[in-house]
Amino acid sequence: MLEVSQATKRFGGLVAVSAVDLHVEKGEIVSLIGPNGAGKTTLFAMIAGFLKSDGGEVRLNGSSILGLKPHVICQMGMVRTFQITQPFAGLTTRQNIMVGAYSRTASQSDAERKAEEVAEIVGMSSLLDRNADGLTVAGRKRLELARALATGPSLLLLDEVMAGLNPTEIDEIVGVIKGIRDTGVTIFLIEHVMKAVMNLSDRTYVLNDGKLIATGTPSSVAADPQVIEAYLGHGAAEKMAGGTA
Amino acid sequence: MATRNTTLLFCAIGFGVLALAPLGITSKFYLDILTLIFFTAYIGQSWNILGGYAGQFSFGGVMFFGTGAYASSILVNSFGVPAIIGVVAAVIAGAVLAFCVGYLSFRSGLRGSYFALITLAFAELLRVVANSLEITGGGVGLFLTYAPGLQNLQFQTPVGFYYFALILLIISIAIPIWLENSRFGAQLVAIRENEDAAEALGINTLRRKCQAIMIMGAMGGAAGTFYSQKYLYLDPPIAYSVHLSVEMLLVTIVGGMGTVFGPLIGSLVLHTVNEVTRNFIDTPGLSLIVYGVILIIIISYLPNGLIGLFKGRGRKRADAGPGDSDA
Repeated sequence: MLEVSQATKRFGGLVAVSAVDLHVEKGEIVSLIGPNGAGKTTLFAMIAGFLKSDGGEVRLNGSSILGLKPHVICQMGMVRTFQITQPFAGLTTRQNIMVGAYSRTASQSDAERKAEEVAEIVGMSSLLDRNADGLTVAGRKRLELARALATGPSLLLLDEVMAGLNPTEIDEIVGVIKGIRDTGVTIFLIEHVMKAVMNLSDRTYVLNDGKLIATGTPSSVAADPQVIEAYLGHGAAEKMAGGTA
Repeated sequence: MATRNTTLLFCAIGFGVLALAPLGITSKFYLDILTLIFFTAYIGQSWNILGGYAGQFSFGGVMFFGTGAYASSILVNSFGVPAIIGVVAAVIAGAVLAFCVGYLSFRSGLRGSYFALITLAFAELLRVVANSLEITGGGVGLFLTYAPGLQNLQFQTPVGFYYFALILLIISIAIPIWLENSRFGAQLVAIRENEDAAEALGINTLRRKCQAIMIMGAMGGAAGTFYSQKYLYLDPPIAYSVHLSVEMLLVTIVGGMGTVFGPLIGSLVLHTVNEVTRNFIDTPGLSLIVYGVILIIIISYLPNGLIGLFKGRGRKRADAGPGDSDA
């Protein structure tokens, strides 16, 4: 469904994303993890058309989407959420979600119906008439998810929708994401919350210093010495191995 | 839906009363003031579409007014076209100019104060151009012949211009009512609130902003014809005056940006204050000081404009509270 090959992004002398290859198949939940500053969000922004790529290729359902504007990519069925939530602050939850729904319909009543439907899925029905700037962090994260979902995507890019949430809220949103996948939406997510990554993903990619260092099932990736070193520092893998021996 | 029907009913009654008003108000003075209030509300609304709804503040809104005024006046003067057809040309000229200015600035990603300044620059540029061209009459200006008649959009009595302005006012109220109940309007507001998020959610932000400025341009163009047919004279300082650019944003900000009735309320209050201070204060210059002080008070204490006094303000405050803590 989504194929990324040799994707590269430079900021001056810094190579933020270096020749990354990855793919996401229909119906999967794939996660992208890595330490802070690894280039995860940059890679997302490139895929979704927010940043110009310095090389490589991005294909959605076989056709190249490199250089297309984000709104065109959204119309093609791939939509992203933002790590730092970007609500339409002066509008209500309902109006926020309707903006997403309007990407598929011009009718106000259809958009309203879609907004209510999506709010039900993400558990925001009681907050529909609340102003977006009055929502809690968890509420805003859900709102990001709801707006994106209202655009009727076939592939959803979620950038740290669980950051800043407490364990109960995380469990709830994991349930919501699973529910979304069950309706046939493919999901590609960036996440730091390992419990959620383990619980959700079919496959995981690990990015460090702009390069992919590991890929596979979440448990195999977690045991990979390179991944442990990326997170815990040089020599950590040996020490851990020594400790268990 | 209920609120929309209430608004429509309210408008129908209001416009009905205004349509019958000339039966009761025979004073030329009061009819002229009402005409001026309607006209300012209309031109303020044109600014409000782009500034209040789409969040793109322009500082040179007068350019559409001036270009429209020249378009119809030149057609009337040099080609003998009746003004009622000239106004169509004025609307088109305003919209075309708006598209050029909008496309050039928005495509280059100009936002906020940069966009405001570029519109100011375009207006000034057009003033200089109008000053040096022959077809605009240069610095001497254009004189229009007085020939009352509907086809010339000129009238013997102030009542005629009153109805002309009332029609403009009705248009200027109908457009934002449509905006508030359509996808187009919702998308403009989304752009105002957060352009990146709007783009991510499938909105072609460049196209929408161009369409918004074109509505502003078309409205401004018609206003230009109204002015030139009423006052029968046009020169570059009138056509491209910074004063009008400021007035259209002032009435909107004072009344309430991004609202249907903001520009009308702002226009009503500012013109009334202006007339009252002028008529009741004899010391020269003092009336302007009083006017200025009232303006400062409104802008300092009513960030949502006068309309904020009537609706939404209390609720918004209450909702904003918890949001601040986790921003």
